[in-house]
Amino acid sequence: MKRSELIRAGVFLLAAAAVFLLPRFISDFRAQEFAYVGIYFIALLGLNVLTGFTGQISLGHGAFMAIGGYTTAILISDQGLKLGGHTFSSDMKDIWTIPLAGLVAGIAGFLFGFPALRLTGLYLALATFAIAVAMPGLIKYDRFETFTGGGGGINLFESEGRTRPTETTDPITFETISEPIKILGLEIPSFNEWLYYLCWTVALVMFAVAWALLRGRTGRSLRAIRDSELAAASSGVNLATYKTLAFGISAFYAGVAGSLLAIATTFVNPDTYPITLSIFLLVGVVVGGLGSLWPLVFGAIFIQFLPLWAQEVSKAQGAPAVVYGVILILVMLAMPGGVAGLLRRLQVLTSRGYHRGR
Amino acid sequence: MAEFFQQVVAGLASGAIFAALALALVLIHRATGVINFAQGEMAMFTTYIAWTLIENHGLNMWLAFAVTLVFAFGLGVGLQRTVIRPIERASILTTVIVTIGLVLIFNGLAGLIWSAEVRAFPSPFPNDTWVIGGVAISQQDVGTFLVVLALVAILWAFFQFTKIGLALRASALNPDASRLVGVRVGWMLAIGWGLAAVLGAVAGILTAPTVFLDPNMMQAVLIYAFAAAVLGGIDSPFGAVAGGLMLGVGLNLIGTYVDFVGASLRLPVALLVILVVLLVKPAGLFGKTVTRRV
Repeated sequence: MKRSELIRAGVFLLAAAAVFLLPRFISDFRAQEFAYVGIYFIALLGLNVLTGFTGQISLGHGAFMAIGGYTTAILISDQGLKLGGHTFSSDMKDIWTIPLAGLVAGIAGFLFGFPALRLTGLYLALATFAIAVAMPGLIKYDRFETFTGGGGGINLFESEGRTRPTETTDPITFETISEPIKILGLEIPSFNEWLYYLCWTVALVMFAVAWALLRGRTGRSLRAIRDSELAAASSGVNLATYKTLAFGISAFYAGVAGSLLAIATTFVNPDTYPITLSIFLLVGVVVGGLGSLWPLVFGAIFIQFLPLWAQEVSKAQGAPAVVYGVILILVMLAMPGGVAGLLRRLQVLTSRGYHRGR
Repeated sequence: MAEFFQQVVAGLASGAIFAALALALVLIHRATGVINFAQGEMAMFTTYIAWTLIENHGLNMWLAFAVTLVFAFGLGVGLQRTVIRPIERASILTTVIVTIGLVLIFNGLAGLIWSAEVRAFPSPFPNDTWVIGGVAISQQDVGTFLVVLALVAILWAFFQFTKIGLALRASALNPDASRLVGVRVGWMLAIGWGLAAVLGAVAGILTAPTVFLDPNMMQAVLIYAFAAAVLGGIDSPFGAVAGGLMLGVGLNLIGTYVDFVGASLRLPVALLVILVVLLVKPAGLFGKTVTRRV
């Protein structure tokens, strides 16, 4: 291992430690908000694999999140899903549905990658945009209603008190005693804190995987496709393989994020994953920096907290959307590299960074 | 059989609206190679202007429409000069993201100014029906169809017989050569955006009476317009109109005669149209196949 890589690993471990200590210093409510930041971070990582690294625009990642979220929701709440005679019921442990959700969304993304092979640039943006707009209608479709719950959606934890404190009434004093939640043998004081740890554990693992995947041959191939498909193909990069792979990986991340979002809101309906979600994901990637990894945290923070800040400035409806739009355009015009680009410029400005040539 | 014709007529009316918005998309794409994702939201916004002129300022309906069209033209020109011009040479990703930014701004502004409440919008046409040979034809539908048809005819004449029209076509075809013979290409592109915004405003005003006015009213229409433009060929104005009408009629007939396609599957069907056309015949039905030299 080179010295720079050791430093990187050290920084990663420090960041991970900070992430795990954070709930000790913030309120329960903030813990929930930061759990959402983790969820968006995962989704942004996935979108950036596709858009930032491979150069394929997706305006429809909310749809892949919806696929993941609904997979989890259907598996957790007993929707009578039968596969080969075996009925999945509420015996399924909640968190094991997360990788399954990612897998289902990933397969969907991989399959969508095939028609997408023939679509470039604007046409791909168009097709993915149409998917995101069409998704709620598809979920509401009455033939699927027994499966997806139609417009009413699915309540994830209705059947049992799992991941919520079980409450029993003391027979003598008639006081309610709530038992702490136990997950994997650990007692966690509140649902929000449990959610925080769940989301960030997954997020850190997914981040490490993305980093490992993109630093080597795969990452180089994807970047080559982004910069010039023709040049990449003539250098021996198999366009079809890598593009569909990028779609699959990207959708896997989106599916995992969607699944976590479903668990976080404990409820899914067609409006959990609106078209605006897909658009906000794109905003997050642009703010964090196209083709960057860890600066996407800033994008995720931006998506989560901007609506709250905007509401403090103006209570009127639509204020967050206007602020989002203005910032999106300003970032594109003034600092196309997002936060990542800004940091790189700062690094160049400091003399040490300058002499190292970066 | 009466029902069939009724559905065809209704389909032609909704198809005419798709055609108007598709034409707006094609106009901009031909001139600048940009697909304006904000076309629908701009249309929605200008329709709100018409509404507020009628309801809050007591303007005569036709006068309000005229003022709205002028406003739409100004909006289109202004946007091109301020937001689109700086990114003329930027990548496709940049232009898509900027127009998505405009989507958010107009959608948010409409909510901010007029709230997300659903509002009734006055129709310029009587609410009666004509019955011809057992087929009930709504005058609203006929009016919508004729307005769009007239608009297309005017646009065609404008492009064909006026000096500005010629300059517009020239700068879309070959900007450098046009600049050499004295065409102000930058302004021609701005005028193109203005005309597209006017087309959008007409589509919005025609849509609002039936679906009611709210900030998300044009989102579905925009997808249909995308499908129409892709079906006809994204660079062909004639194709956009033909594609719009075909899509309108087709969706209505499928909705009536194919019983598993309910109202909630209309958008997925449009999506399917987009995908199939792009995969089978990427240039669309009326577009020219472009071969690119590297």
